[in-house]
Parts: sequence; C-alpha cells; structure tokens
Amino acid sequence: MASFKPTKIQVYPKLGEKVTQDTLYWKNYKAPVQIKEFGAITSIDFSPVAPHNFAVTAFTRIHIYGPFSQEPVKTLTRFKDTAYCGRFRSDGQLLVAGCEDSVVRLFDVSGKAALRMFRGHTKAVHVTDFTSDRYQILTGSDDYTCRLWDIPNATELNSYREHTDYVRCGVTSKLNRDLFITGSYDHTLKLFDARADKSVMTMDHGQPVESLLLYPSEGLLVSAGGRHVKVWDLLKGGQPLVSMKNHHKTVTCLCLSSNGQRLLSASLDRHVKVYNTTNYKVVHNFDYAASILSLALAPNDESIVAGMTNSILSIKHRKSPEESAEVSGQQRRTPSYRVFVKGKNYAPKQDDYLVSKPVKQHLAKYDKQLRTFNVSNSLDTALATWTRLRKPEITVAVIKELDRRGTLKNALAGRDEQWLARLLNFLIGNLVDPRFAAVLAPAAEMILDVYRRVVGQSPLVDRQLLRLQELLEREIDYQQDLLEVLGMLDTLFMVEFALEQTEDGEHRR
Amino acid sequence: MVEHGDIRVVHRGGSKINSREPVVTNDSRFLLCASGERVKVFSTSTEECVHDLRGHTDLVTGVLLRPTNHLQVYSCSVDGTVRLWDFTDGILIKTYDIGYPVYAIYASANHEGVFFIVTPTQSDNRSELFQLVAVHLPQSGDQLVEAQELSAVLSNVSSNPAATGFGRGGEYIASAKGLHLEVYFFKKQKSYRFSLKEDNKKGGKNTLMCIACHPKDDCIATGHEDGKIRLWRNFNHKKEYTYTTLHWHHNAVSSLRFTPEGTNLLSGGLESVLVQWRYNQESERDFLPRLGSAITHIAVSPDGTLFCTSHSDNKITIIQSCVKVSAVIQGLVNGESVRTDLMVDPRSKSLVLNGKPGHLQFYSLQRDKLLYNLDIVQQEYIHELGLQQFEVVKVAFDAPGNWMATVEERKPKAAEPEINLKLWAFDEQTQSFVLNTTVSAPHEAQITSMCFSQAADGQTSMLVSASEDGHFKAWQLPRSACTEGPSWSCDFVGDYRGLAPQCCCFSADGSLLAVSFQEVVTVWSPASWELLTTLSQPPKAIRDLCFGRLGCSKYLMGTTASNLLCCWNLLTCSLEWSTSMDVSLLLSDPLTENMAAFCCQAESTDLFVFKPSEPRPVASLKAVCSGKVTRAVFAPREEMLESCEESSQWLNRSQLYFLTQHMDLMTFTTKAEEDRLAASSKQLFIDDSVAMTPFYLLLGKHRKQENQDSLTRLSAELMPLPRGSLAIKELLQSPAHVLPSTSVLCSMFVESLLVSVADGSEESKHAEEEMESEKEEEDSEGEMESRTPRPEPASPGLQSAESAAPALTKAQLKELRRVKKLDHGWLADLLLS
Repeated sequence: MASFKPTKIQVYPKLGEKVTQDTLYWKNYKAPVQIKEFGAITSIDFSPVAPHNFAVTAFTRIHIYGPFSQEPVKTLTRFKDTAYCGRFRSDGQLLVAGCEDSVVRLFDVSGKAALRMFRGHTKAVHVTDFTSDRYQILTGSDDYTCRLWDIPNATELNSYREHTDYVRCGVTSKLNRDLFITGSYDHTLKLFDARADKSVMTMDHGQPVESLLLYPSEGLLVSAGGRHVKVWDLLKGGQPLVSMKNHHKTVTCLCLSSNGQRLLSASLDRHVKVYNTTNYKVVHNFDYAASILSLALAPNDESIVAGMTNSILSIKHRKSPEESAEVSGQQRRTPSYRVFVKGKNYAPKQDDYLVSKPVKQHLAKYDKQLRTFNVSNSLDTALATWTRLRKPEITVAVIKELDRRGTLKNALAGRDEQWLARLLNFLIGNLVDPRFAAVLAPAAEMILDVYRRVVGQSPLVDRQLLRLQELLEREIDYQQDLLEVLGMLDTLFMVEFALEQTEDGEHRR
Repeated sequence: MVEHGDIRVVHRGGSKINSREPVVTNDSRFLLCASGERVKVFSTSTEECVHDLRGHTDLVTGVLLRPTNHLQVYSCSVDGTVRLWDFTDGILIKTYDIGYPVYAIYASANHEGVFFIVTPTQSDNRSELFQLVAVHLPQSGDQLVEAQELSAVLSNVSSNPAATGFGRGGEYIASAKGLHLEVYFFKKQKSYRFSLKEDNKKGGKNTLMCIACHPKDDCIATGHEDGKIRLWRNFNHKKEYTYTTLHWHHNAVSSLRFTPEGTNLLSGGLESVLVQWRYNQESERDFLPRLGSAITHIAVSPDGTLFCTSHSDNKITIIQSCVKVSAVIQGLVNGESVRTDLMVDPRSKSLVLNGKPGHLQFYSLQRDKLLYNLDIVQQEYIHELGLQQFEVVKVAFDAPGNWMATVEERKPKAAEPEINLKLWAFDEQTQSFVLNTTVSAPHEAQITSMCFSQAADGQTSMLVSASEDGHFKAWQLPRSACTEGPSWSCDFVGDYRGLAPQCCCFSADGSLLAVSFQEVVTVWSPASWELLTTLSQPPKAIRDLCFGRLGCSKYLMGTTASNLLCCWNLLTCSLEWSTSMDVSLLLSDPLTENMAAFCCQAESTDLFVFKPSEPRPVASLKAVCSGKVTRAVFAPREEMLESCEESSQWLNRSQLYFLTQHMDLMTFTTKAEEDRLAASSKQLFIDDSVAMTPFYLLLGKHRKQENQDSLTRLSAELMPLPRGSLAIKELLQSPAHVLPSTSVLCSMFVESLLVSVADGSEESKHAEEEMESEKEEEDSEGEMESRTPRPEPASPGLQSAESAAPALTKAQLKELRRVKKLDHGWLADLLLS
C-alpha cells in the first residue's frame, strides 16, 4: 500500500535579484531611526573629526547630532529665515551656514551666537563652504554670484559674476586652497581659480545642476542635475566621461562611500542608487518614504543619514558583527523549537522496547482534497487569494494535475459569477507568462467551452473576457514582432556566414 | 522450443502468477498459486518460493485445497488432467485423467468423492460453450487414474472460475454468465434462472462479472460491469427473489469474496482499492486504498486472518486482517508493451524494463527474481480507463552505472505531448537511484534515441538525446560544484539540414558520436562539437547504428530500412562491406567484438552473430521465434562459460536476452549450462526441506561456506569450532525416527556441550603433543631444507614434484593424527543404543 504522492510543484528558476556582495553590505544596516524636524531637510554634513557629529539644516535651525544620540547635541537657532547648507570646517571647530536673508553666518560649534556675519549677497545664499586653507569661505547665492570671504577680517575677497542663474551647489578643493567649483541653474559647472579672478573651466551639464561631488583624488567631478548624473574628467579639461540616467525624478544629492568604491545618488523619486565607480552600474538601491533632499554617509559608512521633504530625518546605523551574526541564530533561541522537538530527539537506549508509530504524511490542503477526489474544492483551495497572488505556480500545478486526471472540466463547470471573475483575473495575470502558458491556454479554452452558453449574461465576466481577448491579441502581435526580428537576425547571420566563407575561399585560393 | 545444435531458446522471467485465484493453506503458512505449467508454493511470511510443483504439460487453470485433507491440493490444467499434490513435501500423489481441457475446478466438503470441473461442451478447443461437470473419483491406489464417471450439472457456464461458486454447505451451486444467474440445488435437482436487463436507465452495464456465496446464509453476491454489487436472496423461488444493490466501484467489480464467518464481504476492481463491506450493515465500509494496480482476484485464508489480492501487474499482496500489507510477492511485470529498450544495469547486472505504469523494474537475471520497482514518474496513478498516463519511453545507463537517464512521455488527445527528461544518480547509501535533475520539455517532439558517452575515465558523463524536432542535444554535468550539488544542463544543440535524427551512438572510447539523419550518418567530435564527416548509403533511412567494440572499434555498423546491413570503416571513411538482410534489430556485445542481428524473414526471426571484421557469421540460428524481435540485450555473465565449440563460443561471456512479439522474455542457453543448472537445482531441492526463511538463507550460506572451508582447509591448522557444534549438527540433521529416546539424547547432548571444558585439558595435551610433532616436523623440514640445496641431476620439474609430494603427505599425516584424536564417543553410543 503506497502512500499518496503529492502534486509536484514545478520549481522555476528565480528571476529576482541576485545576492551579491553589495546587497549584503548595504542590507547590513539596522532599522532606521526617524526624527521629525521643523521643515524640509536641505543639507546634512558630517564633522570630519572624531565623534563625527553631523549638522542637519532644516528650516530656520541647524541641529547637531551625536553619532548615536537621537536628541540634538546642539541647536543653532540664530537665523531670521530659512537656513541653508550648514558646513563644518576641516578641524570640526567652525560651522558656516547660508540663509534666505542673504546673510552668511559663522558659528563656533561649542558656542551659540554667530562669530561672524558676512553681508554682501543680495539674495538667499544656498552654498557655503570652507576652502582647504581654513581661512576663507566660499558662498554662492541666488543673485547669480559666488564670493570668497576672509574669516579673520569678515571681508569680501572676491566676487564672481559668471553664472547667469541661481548658484545652488559648489565644492572647494581639498588639495588646493585656490580652486573651487560651482554649479548653477544655468546648466553649467564652472571651475574657478582664486588666483585668476575668473573661471578656468566651464562644463555644460544640460540640466539645472543640483549637486556636485569631487573625488578624493580630485581628478573626477560628479554632477547631478535633472535626472542625470554625469562624471567629468578634470584632468582632461572637463571632458564628460559617463552620463547616468537611473532615476526618474530630479537627482538632489550625491555622496561617496568612505572607500571611494561606491557612489550614492539620492533623488526626488524616493530612491537612493548605489553605483560601482569602476563601471558606473547600479549595484544596489534603497527606498525611502518621501522625496530625498539630502544624504550623507558617516566615515567608514557607519551610518546613512537621509533628509526628506516631509521633514523626517532617517538615520540608519550599521549592524555590529555580533548583531549581524545574531540574525541567523535568532530563531533557534526562541522556545517554540524546543517545544516542538520535545522528546522527539530522544535516542533509545539498548534495552528499550521500541513501539513505533506510523509516520503521518503531511499534505497540503489541495492535496488532501485531491486524494479524496474533491476536484472542485482543490481548485478552490489553489485559487485562494494568497496562493493565487504569491505562488501562482501552485495554482498552475493544481490545474495541470486536474488536467492530467481528466477532471479539469468538472472542476471548472458550475461556478458562479464571482468565482469565474476571480479565475479569469488569474488567467489575465498569468496566461502570457511563458512558464505557465502551456498549462493555462488549454484551461482557458476549456472555460470558454463550458461557459459559452452564458456569455453575455454578466457584465463583470464579459468585461474580463474582453480584457482577455485584448491581452491575447497583444501577445500575438508581440510574438509576431519577435519572429520578424528573429528572421531579420537570421538573414544577417547568414550573410555574415556567407561572407566569411567566401573570404575563406579567397584565402585558400 | 527450437533445437539448434546445442543452443536452445528458453523462457525466462517466470510466468503469470495472477492468472488464477491464489489459495491460502489452513495454517496460513503457505500460499499456492498457478503459474504457467506449474503450481508455486510461497511462504506467506517470507515471500520465498518454497516448492515448485511440476507435472502439468499445459497451463494450470485452477488450484484447490482438498476439502477432506487440508495438506493436499488439487490442480487442474488445460492438458486434461487434475493432479493431487502434497504441497508440504512437493510430491505428486495422484493424477486423474479427464480427457478434456479443464478450465476451473470446484469442490465442497459435503460432496465427498466428487469434484466439479468446467470443460468445453464440444471436445474441440475452439468452441465458446462451457459446461459444469461433476467427476466421481474412482477409488484406486494407482498413481494414474482415468476418471470416467462424468455427469453434466449445468450447461452453458462461463469459463471464468470467479463466475461459479458453492453455496451454504454445498447445498447449491451458483453460476453467472452474461446477464443470467443460475442456481442449481442438489437436493431438489432443480435449477433456477434469473435474468437482468441489458442496460439500466443510466447506461450502466449489468453484465455479471463475478460471484460469491455466503457461507452461512442463503445469499449470493454478484459483481457487475458497472461497478454495482447485488446481494440476491430468496432465490429458491422463481418469482419472489429479491436483491439489494451496493454501489461504490466506478468500474467493473472483478472479484468478490465473503470472509469464512460471513461477517464481511470483500470486493475489488480496477480502482485497486480493497473494499470491505459489513454483511447486513452495508453502509459501513472499510477501504484499503492504493494497492498498486487493479485487483484481479481476492482470496481469504480459512481462518480469516489473511487476505490475498492478486493484481494485474503480476503481484500477490498478502494483507493481515484488512489493515496492513504484510508481504508482496511480485513476479516479472509483463506489460502490454515494453516501450523502453531492454537495458542492463551495470551495477546490479539486472535487466531494466518497463514495469508497473510509470515505474521501471529491475529484474535479476541470475536469481530470476524481481529486485525492485523504481518510481520514475512520481505522480499519483489514477486508476481510470482511457486516461492518458505518463509512460517511461527511454532509459539509458552510463558505463559505471552512476547515472541513469529516463524519458517519460504523455500524449493528451488534443494538446502537445508532455516530455520530461530525468537524470538519476546512484546513491551508495540507499543502493538505489535518486532523482538529480528534471528537464521538462527537453525537446519539442518525441525523443527517438538517447545514449550516454562511453568514456572510460568516468569523470565526465555526457548524454545525447535525439528528437524528431530535428535537433540532437548534448547534456552535461557541470564540473563546478554549486552549493546545491551539481545538476545537468544542456551543452550543445546540433542539427543537420533540418532533418530529424533517428539514432545516435557513441564509439567505445567516447571520442566519436554518430547521429543518423534519415539516410545520412553524421560523425561528430564530442570534444569540439565539430562535424567530422558524413557517411551516406541511399536509398533508405538508417534504422540502427552501432559502433564496433574492442578490436573492431574502427567499424561503424548500420542497418537501413531497405534491408541493407552496412559496415563503414572510420579510418578510410568508406563502406567496408554491405549485405542485403532485413535486420529488425542490431546490437553489440559490450564485452566482446560480437554483434547480433535479428532478421525477420517470413513471419519468423533468425539470429546472426558476427564480427564486423569478418563477413562470415560466428553463429547463425534459424527460426528463433515467430514474429519480429525489436528488443534484445546482451547481459554479462557472472562467471565465464568454458565452451570450446565454435558455434556456442559467443555465449561464453554474455548472454543474449530478447523479447518476442508476445512480450515473453527469452534467452539462449547451451546444453552444458542447462545440465549444470539442473544439477544445482536438484541439489537445492533436496536441501529445501525447511522453509526458505531469511534466517535459513543466512544459516544455509554459513553452513555451505563451512563445508567449503573444511574442504579447502585440509592442511590448515586447528579448527576453531568446538566439536560440540558438529555433534549438534549431526544430531539435528539425522531424522527423528532413527534417533534414540529424548532422555538418552538429553544427557548426551549436554555432555557434548560440556566437552569443551574437558576438551581444554585435552587440548592442552594435544597442544603439547602437537608441539612435539611440530618439532619433529621442524626437524624433518630442516632435513628437507638440507636436502633441497643438494645438487641433483634430475630435471627441475621432477624435483618440484618430488618435493611437493612428501609435504602433502606430511599435511595429510597431521590431519589423520588429528582425526584420530577426535572424540567419536557419541557416535559409538548412538550405534549401541
């Protein structure tokens, strides 16, 4: 007496994402800590020195957070209007920020009041940065100018009026105190040399430039604007290297992982993409809840901080090695396993008398129904919402099994409108899937045969049938196109082959 | 059978054991069933065949326990005799010559000296009419008795033994045929006939299939073609008879049986479910589902503890009280068609062919026993007529037997065929094949041929499958070990001018692949997948391809549809020779250079065995069997035969098995081999007075080994076994009636056990003595040594013979000395008493 052989569920090769080193690396972060700020978070900057605090610019304040605290360590509130672009100096002592009221303020990180106020811009200042010699400040403003300021004297050193639209991003060179680059809404990037009083290089991005990033070697420049992220070679006079278009909304922020191997771009489409900097392919992707305005990575990628338009700051900390190891071992520690296995792993001693119990075969519900020949019920079970949507291969396997038993027609017949609509819905979703087509096409024909008499009685079913027809027509057109392409390719290959042969022949001659 | 010189064609693989109902003996220890021309006695506990009752000269059609002596059994046969056997000893007691073919036999305890048989009405075999005849047994002491007193009881009965049965206490006999039920009462000498309408309203068929009579009650159960069971009562009236209907089966009821107490009714049919109905509470049923295949007969042991069901796949299942299957006796499954070629499993040397639906059977040729069935399809088998099922159509093994490839196919009526290619790895632990890879839809059309690469290194296995869709594909096991174990994948897809490949074949070293596309043979290099050359022999398509082996590996043999056998030389790429023959099957022996060709000529098949290098055949046998032979295989022998006759030399290393048109498995044997077999079977027959239990087999083997050992170790040192065990063995082997009384024996027996202690001191004495003797020996050896280097003028051969002779005598002397010391006291006691 053999036992019932369960329905075989075909295992299809998984088409989903592969597990790579990158996914493992970027997934190894804890659940995000979310902090509500007062307004949209426009800028996040990490302090270069040891505790690696970070300044979050949102609305009229700049909050400075410690690496692990969820409360701000310090708050700078001396702004009359919206603050922009809070930046740390390379020694982590000073912080500069622009403001909607065109005044640039310089703060001591330990103090509260502004040390210096730089007045001169006529419109909101969106860009501020320290030069690498630590005594000057670069600012860019909506009045199309960018200026250099001297910190000790609080005087304006120079003003550059080359841009023809708002200046919204800029970086200073970390290696040379005289070089800085600005990007503007006039689609250009300009490299300025403080010694020359004018731009020495101009690059056209093609879209309003939102963010700039210099590689640590400062040979390459990355610019983001519109949906594009472009890489420029500065050593070749600003030659464009790569243009990437992986986002479907404006890219707002760029940053580089600490080892310089990965480039991250954040966008208004709520995604952060991670690129490999050798081939500029997307290797990973994060999703956030709202459009991202600012993004920063802590040194050594210890945390990923993103600021969003809905004024939420999301901080993701990297898991410590123990924590990441815990994930796999976690389930074993729950008591349920021990409860289930209780006494079952008892090894019989030598003199024990063994009373064996027949092993109960576990069967899925549809298999139990198939065993008792309840074909309609087993089809119902296989069409349950969860199975139908998540594991269509089970549904298809049951339909195939019923077809093999010759009872598919019986199982399909005599159903009501609701059920039929559900089945047709399933067919519309999966009929053209090449994995399932061979099984579902005969089933669809059978349904049409069975319910031919009642077509036209239910508007719901009729609509589904029309959709099905439309789908099939589209699929047929598609297949025809594919065949045409295949034919064209065949001709090309044949011509190529013939050419090669004649060439060979000539060589022989 | 055809005589040809000393090579004979013989049947292998036993006969059907499910043709007639099996019989369980009163003590439930043995099961008797008709099997071809013999009656086989199986042990119900060990499934081993204990006796083989031979004597009938034609098909045995019935087995019946003698009602007056439960140790004797009647068997009837188409050869017109009824024989009485003692099945415990396997002795023929009496033969009753009836003179007409007998198709069934019945007897009842209340009819002493009479049994009832079914014979054709006319004496010629062709008539379709049968009658039930009572035979009065003449009282005679002779072995062969001619039964003359025949009296007809019922005319026009069915030849099916299940359609007739004795009623309560033998008062009446009921018989069913077509739509009629006839009951004959012996006391009144009157018969009643009841008829049913041909069809009822729902289109079910009322034809009666089988019958069973209640042992304690006046009730007859009949099974019908539409799956209904009717319980007839009051049938001793012409008009007022009644019947109740039970319906569970959806196909014809093929067997019905009441339990001896009459409390339960058992029924079975195509569904392969044994249904147990409570008598008088018919709504309560018990089921024993999934018994494997359709039930053809049901038998119940006289004490009601064992049920036996015989199945359509040549199987008898023994069930303990309708709960547990306790034993399965399985014969070679003779399906209607063998779709796979005959194959030999390189590991177990067993024959592999289609068995149960969706299974492959492994049949041991040496032991003539089915080893196991391997489930290939792994799907629930639906027992329904007219349903398209998956069938295994192709099997291939690789040379070391590590991999097996199977192709299964299902052809729905309207849709495209479903094809699955499965690759199985041999698992050392379970000693069977385990599924490794399933490829669904490997080709778009039917697979015509499949073969493994013969590469000797065994490292890289390659499988090539050719299909009607115009492609052949090479499948390979990737070398890089993945995390989930390696699985097979497609390596190469080849085609040739859009033609459909017919057969493919690898050369012996695996360096060449030949694929035939209609009349063209293409030769490929599997290493680079280059088309090396094409060979062509118009005008007709190639039917078979075969590479030569060993010394003839440069030859490629092929047969065409236009009766041509060709031999190509691959070194010159030209046709070596060809001859006109209608070859239906060509195959090569893997162990020798020989090739066998079966030729179909005028309704009978001839066999030619030849070497490709020599156009003259090694052997040729005319009229091997009738009809075409399309399946055959060379199976390697376990031990080589030493036949020096030229005509039978080709059978020395391997044996040729083939399937006839009627799916009988045949083989070729030589005279010498048969003699040897007969001798060994005789030896076995004497030995087999004990039931063949596994324990016995274990002990028996041990004992045999012992005997052999004692024979071979003539000159060996002290036997480790105490002689007590020898005594016990002697004691046990001598028959009980020649032994003295138990009281005498007991003390002796205990003494013989105690000897070992006394023996210890004796043995030490022996040891001392032996030490001395050994010393002596050493001395003598020293003498010998001193003697051997002495230069002698004699020839070296002579010298060695001389030096061997005294050594032998020395060993013998020692043995003799030991034998002399052995304690034979018990034997003397025995003789004295």
